[in-house]
This record gives sequence, C-alpha cells and structure tokens, in this order.
Amino acid sequence: MTATIASRGTGPRPRLQPTGWLRYFSFSVDHKVIGLQYLVCGFVFYLVGGALAGAIRTELISPVADFMARDVYNQVLTLHGTVMIFLWIVPVVNGAFGNYLIPFYVGARDMAFPRLNAVAFWLIPPAGLLLVASYFITGAAQSGWTAYPPLSVTTPATGQIIWILSVLLLGGSSIFGGINFIATILKLRQPGLKLMQMPMYCWAMLGTSILVIASTPVLAGTLVLLSFDIVAHTGFFNPALGGNVVVYQHLFWFYSHPAVYIMVLPAFGLVSEILPVHARKPLFGYVTMVYSIMGIVVLGLIVWAHHMFTSGTPPWMRLFFTIATTFIAVPTGIKFFNWLATLWGGRISLNSAVLFSCGFIVNFVLGGITGVALAQVPFDIHVHDTYFVVAHFHYIVFGGSVFIIFASVYHWYPKFTGRMLNEDLGRFHCMLTFIGFNLCFGPQHWLGLNGMPRRVSEYDPQFTLINQISSVGALLMAISTLPFLWNVIQSAISGKIAGDNPWNALTPEWLTSSPPPVQNWAGETPLVEEPYGYGVPINAIDLSATSGRDLWRSGK
Amino acid sequence: MTSTLPVQSKSADVKEQVEKQINKAHGDHRIFGLAIFLTADAMTFAGFFAAYLTFKAVNPLPEGTIYELELLLPTLNTVLLLVSSATFHSAGQAIRNSNHGRCRLWLLVTAALGIAFLTSQMFEYFTLPFGLTDNLYASTFFAATGFHGLHVTLGTLMIFIVWWQAREAGGRVTANNHFPLEAAELYWHFVDGIWVVLFVIFYLL
Repeated sequence: MTATIASRGTGPRPRLQPTGWLRYFSFSVDHKVIGLQYLVCGFVFYLVGGALAGAIRTELISPVADFMARDVYNQVLTLHGTVMIFLWIVPVVNGAFGNYLIPFYVGARDMAFPRLNAVAFWLIPPAGLLLVASYFITGAAQSGWTAYPPLSVTTPATGQIIWILSVLLLGGSSIFGGINFIATILKLRQPGLKLMQMPMYCWAMLGTSILVIASTPVLAGTLVLLSFDIVAHTGFFNPALGGNVVVYQHLFWFYSHPAVYIMVLPAFGLVSEILPVHARKPLFGYVTMVYSIMGIVVLGLIVWAHHMFTSGTPPWMRLFFTIATTFIAVPTGIKFFNWLATLWGGRISLNSAVLFSCGFIVNFVLGGITGVALAQVPFDIHVHDTYFVVAHFHYIVFGGSVFIIFASVYHWYPKFTGRMLNEDLGRFHCMLTFIGFNLCFGPQHWLGLNGMPRRVSEYDPQFTLINQISSVGALLMAISTLPFLWNVIQSAISGKIAGDNPWNALTPEWLTSSPPPVQNWAGETPLVEEPYGYGVPINAIDLSATSGRDLWRSGK
Repeated sequence: MTSTLPVQSKSADVKEQVEKQINKAHGDHRIFGLAIFLTADAMTFAGFFAAYLTFKAVNPLPEGTIYELELLLPTLNTVLLLVSSATFHSAGQAIRNSNHGRCRLWLLVTAALGIAFLTSQMFEYFTLPFGLTDNLYASTFFAATGFHGLHVTLGTLMIFIVWWQAREAGGRVTANNHFPLEAAELYWHFVDGIWVVLFVIFYLL
C-alpha cells in the first residue's frame, strides 16, 4: 500500500472541504457534517409531516368531511405516514446520530466508506422532494403508507409510482447506511477496543443495521413487483389476474415490522448513553443490554404476520406469531428495568435531556403494553384497523423515538455547536410535548376500543368530543415545536459557551473540542475502554491499571 | 482545553494513524462491505423466491395453463456460469502471479461466458410459450430471471472495467492491489450461486 494509492483513496481529505458553516451545505464526506445534514433535513421533513398531521386533526374536529375532499384526505394521510417514517425518524435516529457518534465511539476518524455515506444522505432530499412534490404535480399516492394492493393498483397510478420511486431511493439510502455502520463498527474499531467495551449505541446500531440489511431489500423487491403491477399490468398482487394480495402483506410486513425496531432500537441505544451521564451511574447490566438488543433483532424478524391476523391466516400461524410477538416484551422489559436500575439511587440532574428520556420511558411502556395486547388474536381482531392501533403506533414511534430524538438533541447540542441550549425553554418544550402528546393519543385508545376506524375523514358523531380533545393535544404538540426551534437557532448564535465536556461524560466524543475538528481528535485518538465508569471519582479511574470489566463491578 | 478524563493513547503520530486508516480502507473492510451488500441483495432474491413458492403453494392455476419449462437451455446456462466462476478464479490467480496478459485473457473468457449466458437467456425468453402478463407464474418467472439477468449484465460490465484496469503493470489492478478484481470476482460468484438456487426453484421444483 503506497502513498499514491492512499492519495486517491476514499479516506478523509480535510484539505478539499470548505471550512466554516459553508461546509454544512456542501457535498462533504466528513461524518459529522453528514450527521448534522441528516438531522436538519430530517427536522425539515418533521415540520412537513407535522403540518400534514395538523391537517388530519383539523379535518377530524367535526364528524363530517368539511375541511378536505376525501381523496385529498387520503393523500394527506399517506404523505404524513410516509414522510414521518421514511424521511424523519429512520434517517434521524439512524443516519443523524449514527453518523455523528459511531466513528467517535469506535475510535475512528471517519466512517468506513465516507463517499458512500455522502451518497446515502444525498439520496434523501431528492426522494423527499419527489414525494412531497407529487402532491402538487398530479396528486399524491392515496393508499396509505402500507400501499396495500388492490387499492394501490386501482388508485391513480402516477402518484403511486412516484411514491414507490421515492421509497426505493430511501430504502437504498438506508441500505448504504447499514453497510457503512456494520463495516465501521466491526472493522474500524480501534485496536484494543473489545466488542463488549463499546458504548451501547454501537450495539444498537449494529442490531439496527442487521435488520436493515435483512429486511429493506425485501421491501424494495416487493415495491418493484408492485410497480410492475401498476405499469405493466402484471398480476402479482392483482386477484383479477390470479395474484395474491396476502403475499404482498407478508413481504411488506417482513420489512415494515422490523422497521419499527429500526426506529426504536437506535433510540434504545441513545437513551442508554444519556441516562448514565446525567444519573452519574454506570449503565446497569451492560451484558444483558447487549443480549436483549440481539434478542429483539432475532425476534423482530419473525413476528411480521401479527399484522395479518385478520387476513385469513391459518391457526398455526396465528399461534406462532402471537407467541413470538409476546416474547419480544421480555428483552424489551429487560432494557426498561436496566434503565430504571441505572436511574435508581443516582444523582439525577433533571435537565431537558433526562426529562425527555423519562417521558420516553413512560410513553414506551404504555405503547409496549398495548403492543402485547395487540399481539393477542381475539383482541387484535376486535380493534384491528381502529384508532387503538393508531394510538399504539404513535406511542411507540412518537412517544418512543421522537422523544429520544429531542432528548439526544438536548444532550449532544453542546457537542454539535459548542454552545448550551436554554434549559428553561427545553423543560417547557418537554412538558408541552408530553402533555400534548398524551392528550392527543391517549384518548384514541378509547376511540379504537369503541370502534372508530382509522383512515376515515367522517365518523360517528358520538366520537366528536374525544376527537376534539385529541385535536387540542395535536395543537399543543405543534406549539411545542416553537420554543424548540427558537432555542436551537438562538442558542447557536448566542448560547452559553459549553466547553468540551459540559456533562462530564466519559464517552469518547466528549474528549475532543466542541465542535470537533475535521479529523475528530486534534491529537491522538483516545482509547476509552470504560465508557460508563461513573460512580467512582473521575480522577480515581486509572484505565491502564485495571480492566474495564472490573470498573463496571466497582461502580456502585 | 485539555481533558483530565482517563484516556489512554495507543499511537503516537496522528498522520501515521490517518494513513493507516486510509490504507485499511483499501484492505479487508471493502470486501467486508461488499459482502454485506451482497447479503442485502440475496434478501431481495429471497423475497422473489418466497413470493414464487407461496404463489405456487396457495394459488394453483386451472388445469392446462401450467407450462413445462424446457430444461435444455437453462442447464446449459448453469454450466456456462459455473465454468465462468472457475475462469474468473483463474484470472485472480494470474494477477496474483503478476501475469497481466493471462489475467486479461481469463477475464475476456469470463465475459464471453457471461454474454453467452445472456444471449442464451434472451433466446429462451423468445421461445417461451407464455408472456409477462399471462399469469402469476409467468410474471414471477420473468421478474426473478430478469432481475438475475440484470445482475449478470452488471457483472459483465464490471469484468470489462477490471479488464481495462488490468491493461498494464502500472494499472489499477496489480499483484499488490487487486481489490477491483476481487470485488468483481466475489460479485460474480454470488450471481452464480443465486442462479443455482433460482434454477432449482424455478426449473426443477
């Protein structure tokens, strides 16, 4: 390997990058720049998806369809789901924080494939624009984010084809990201850093990337078949031509159930990084946390058919998928008890990051419990396609992932910008989001149990009051975005200077300047063998004298 | 600001470390990344195969509409691809022995076998008694074999690129740096392996 090869290689080339804020608008290969590009781009789409959700809740204030025409309502509903899942949560919990943190955590100066990384990000804005623009060009897809045939085959084709193209681009982005994460974590680890010494987020991203690699291509293949059905009039999923719609559901949910774990596993990893720092305690039960992540990965791949209990699945299949789905509660429960044990007896500072994390724990437990309920066939048949499912799903992805995205922004903002966020505004944001969220989605359990179907713009007048309460909650959530937006913009300009390590954290990204230099560390790469060595006085830790494993035992 | 936190450094020179990492980027982890990508690709095929097997199990077509597939051409195709794997391996051996001329010869033989495969498959498509939109089996058959044919086409293009890169001793593909060739070879073996599975599922079952 000679210098000639190295100089035209894919490695980081700091000299060619623009400096200052301009580099955040450039085709950079720096993982930190790409991570923040993911974050900001995702947040823009969060506002788009939120505006669509606002339109939905406005329509549902009254029991008749008066705000939007029905096909417009269907388009808005489809766009809301697609934008929020594929353009906000998946890119942000994986792409943004993964790209920003993983190279730090494994002690690398960039991701394994920096250019592929940039490609993975730059697929997202065009795909998102394509998706949103389809509403204005010819009318967006109308068949929901699941795009079930025969509805997706019989509704106007142009919007559906644009939807498929957009999701294929985003799936490609996801796969490229997954390849990069696995290669970075397994191959670029610093010599001396063992797998069982990595920060928990690395494990979460490893598990997530395995899910992405295993399931996203199946969705891509399925959507290609679906587009053949629409364009070339083949009969894969068209019953009129002998096709089988249930096969579409199998293939679709083989991706889209793991997609739930693609959205929440990174959140699990992030909260495992946030809680020990602010509770000043080691992460409780590191080894069980690792095994529970891998357990969720394995179980997550074999539970998809619980979405299809009403699709005529045979009894053995129902039994198998009920048991498998219920078993996911075990590793998830282990993680929750570990987080509670991490907090137990700690010196917790109740800042915004911790408040959002605690909100996450409460919401996710509620969502998890209704999830176990939904895994039971009789109950599932009762509430299938009702607002109970909507409530459950939003408790998982909004109450889980989005709360953790906000917690992570509050936690890592000093590292991103070198300035602190305003804590009072942050706590206000958290309270408003928590109240608004529970006001919006809590009552929807009741709606579902009493039989209000989802995806409708007109409903029985007896549900009016609950829907109005729900809409008020949605309004609160919309308002809660304003202090956050003001906070991140204002603090970037004139926030308090943070210093390198405002939280006295031990994970390696805090051992460099804020914001970090292009090569991550100005000097040598630190080797942190013990990322959770809290509980002993900081100066008393001598990593050269003791192994990481002993420290875990010594820490409280 | 210098950190007082417990850190332990391994390497002294940053420049050396960066260099090492860049060199590492040209070594094992690129093949590793490609292997992960091929795993993802295999999952796409697995989706097609699962769909086909499910259609076959639960959607029996009326009597008389199931066509018997001719086995002659696909068996020939299987042999072509298996031989091409061997010739590609020979190309790899040749470059490891710094024999550029032989490497390029074997690459051309492999590409010729790939093109022969595509021609034969095209011929098969035109002689089949059913079309893309005739029925479910036909649609899935064309989707899976067509997707595989796309892979063979891309693989053949890769071979020509590698062939071009191995033109002379000073090219990109040398005895010390044959990553492009190794990557194309791994890809080609993968495509062959997928064909064997596809052949069993679509033609023999």
